[in-house]
Amino acid sequence: MDEQSAAYWKRNVKLVSVLVVIWFIVSYGFGILFVDALNSIEIAGFQLGFWFAQQGSIYVFVALIFVYVAKMNKLDREFGVHEDDD
Amino acid sequence: MDLTTLTYIAVGLSFALYIGIAIWAKASTTGEFYVAGKGVNPVVNGMATAADWMSAASFISMAGLIAFLGYGGSVYLMGWTGGYCLLAMLLAPYLRKYGKFTVPEFIGDRYYSKAARIVAVICLIFISFTYVAGQMRGVGIVFSRFLEVEILTGLIVGMGIVFIYAVLGGMKGITYTQVAQYCVLIVAYTIPAIFIAFQLTGNPLPQLAFGSTVNGTGEFMLDRLNQVVTELGFLEYTTTSKSTIDIFAITVALMVGTAGLPHVIVRFFTVPKVRDARSSAGWALVFIALLYTTAPAVGAMARLNLTETIQTGEVGDPEGNLVFEERPDWMKRWEATGLLSFEDKNGDGRIQYYNDANAEFAAKAAEFGWQGNELKVDRDIMVLANPEIAQLPNWVIALVAAGGIAAALSTAAGLLLVISSGVSHDLLKGTFTPNMTEGQELMAGRIAAAVAILIAGYLGYNPPGFVAQVVAFAFGLAASSLFPVIIMGIFSKKVNREGAIAGMLTGLVFTMGYILAYKGVFFDPIIANTPENWLFGISPEGIGAVGMVLNFIVAFAVSKVTAEPPEHIQHMIEDIRVPKGAGGAVDH
Repeated sequence: MDEQSAAYWKRNVKLVSVLVVIWFIVSYGFGILFVDALNSIEIAGFQLGFWFAQQGSIYVFVALIFVYVAKMNKLDREFGVHEDDD
Repeated sequence: MDLTTLTYIAVGLSFALYIGIAIWAKASTTGEFYVAGKGVNPVVNGMATAADWMSAASFISMAGLIAFLGYGGSVYLMGWTGGYCLLAMLLAPYLRKYGKFTVPEFIGDRYYSKAARIVAVICLIFISFTYVAGQMRGVGIVFSRFLEVEILTGLIVGMGIVFIYAVLGGMKGITYTQVAQYCVLIVAYTIPAIFIAFQLTGNPLPQLAFGSTVNGTGEFMLDRLNQVVTELGFLEYTTTSKSTIDIFAITVALMVGTAGLPHVIVRFFTVPKVRDARSSAGWALVFIALLYTTAPAVGAMARLNLTETIQTGEVGDPEGNLVFEERPDWMKRWEATGLLSFEDKNGDGRIQYYNDANAEFAAKAAEFGWQGNELKVDRDIMVLANPEIAQLPNWVIALVAAGGIAAALSTAAGLLLVISSGVSHDLLKGTFTPNMTEGQELMAGRIAAAVAILIAGYLGYNPPGFVAQVVAFAFGLAASSLFPVIIMGIFSKKVNREGAIAGMLTGLVFTMGYILAYKGVFFDPIIANTPENWLFGISPEGIGAVGMVLNFIVAFAVSKVTAEPPEHIQHMIEDIRVPKGAGGAVDH
């Protein structure tokens, strides 16, 4: 693999790692592991841990994918590995 | 117009639409049959994926499950959505770049091994049949409740419809019918939810009503729900009796299982470009989230409605319970199906609904003169009864019936297609009869789809006793066998044929063995299925998470001590890691 592709791949893996960590913290962290602690906070009629488990984590999942899409499209162009527009 | 006539019209119109699409989208090449010619717009594919993914279980059962599990139901909400992040970031773009037709084909090529491909096909067929039996059952139930026909008649009609558009249209036909089915099912799901949310809280958005105050009181819905259910001896709604480790493991197994399900993965083979595969996963999750963020609100509202309908006054007040003769009409209608039943154990002519398995509360209840819980409710009726509970017009009820059928048929068709491509493309063309022409392969695919429909219909009519139990299988197997080898195939250049096969078999045997030992399928369970007996406190539903970890460990260990993958495989991996150069439809 040439240097250019190696650098592209490294950036890709780094981006995905960051997003996967957020994914994990929001669902497994807020929604499961720390749910009891967060449930002591109540906002707008929801116990916070419960809200993350049944609503918040899903909204974050959607946002994460679109962030990934935007960042990867940019990265593809930066390294000139994007697909042609037709 | 009466309900039955309206339902016939709603269901009939939806069927006419599906058939019309099938005729318009007839597949004429294997590329169109397997992957819709790789020409599907990413937003359209997202919608089709959402319908493909959301089954009869999501539409009919999930909100009811959550209503009775409370916080414990979160495993389904997070588990069945979080997998799309994994799909978008770890699988879909690379598999699209790889650019052929099936998941086992990728595994066979990447691990340069027909054995690996065959193991993958076997997992795929097992997973998909388990699933499809449940879908056909769902079709039968909706037909028998709303159209008042025999389950068998309902099944045959459902099979006939799927036959027309799956066998004729292949992936192309399925894709566009799934788009129509998504529209039907999401409208049918959200309309009653909006009305109920508005009636209960004054806020029409279920996602917000969930956290609003209940009309006529200053109390937040969830606070009130917690109070109402604990007064009757049930567990607080926002907590669970499951252990944290079990909740964690089940969520992992469902998420990873979702990302490893072949009928979902293959949808990302149908878009024109790598970047479309990425965004398409995002759109799929948007469309799924519309239903999945509504479902927990529907569950909570249904639980509150049901409890307050029956417990009309103070708990313990002799006049605090619903008089049986004055019960609402929807209860009477559902009693006829046997899914709702009432037994006046203490002969007071009123209905008592409480948790008599809670010894402390049961003792207190005995002082009130209650002699046991008197109401039995099947969880599955919650969504279907919703429009009746909210006293919505009949056309809404008819729409819900059409929605339930759409959810079941769309998933069934996607599953049948991966079964047929597994047989015609991986087993026949790829392994046993490589000299087939394209026309013969297309015919083989159609015959395989037709046979699969017949088997699915049979399984739906005579569900073997184990169907409910083997759902854990489908996710456990996908998580412990297919998902790890695909990920390693993309992200590691070191994992080789020996490692992949050893890893898949370890994950498969461990997970299957564990589920069989506790659940028994063709025999009695070997070990009692109770938390004390579970490994690390993880139930059979969550054991796929452990199987997945074992698969990774074994694959890396075996690869370390055996020969590296050959040069051309390393090039293949480098190639799928960059988007540039993804071709359109590949006919080969």
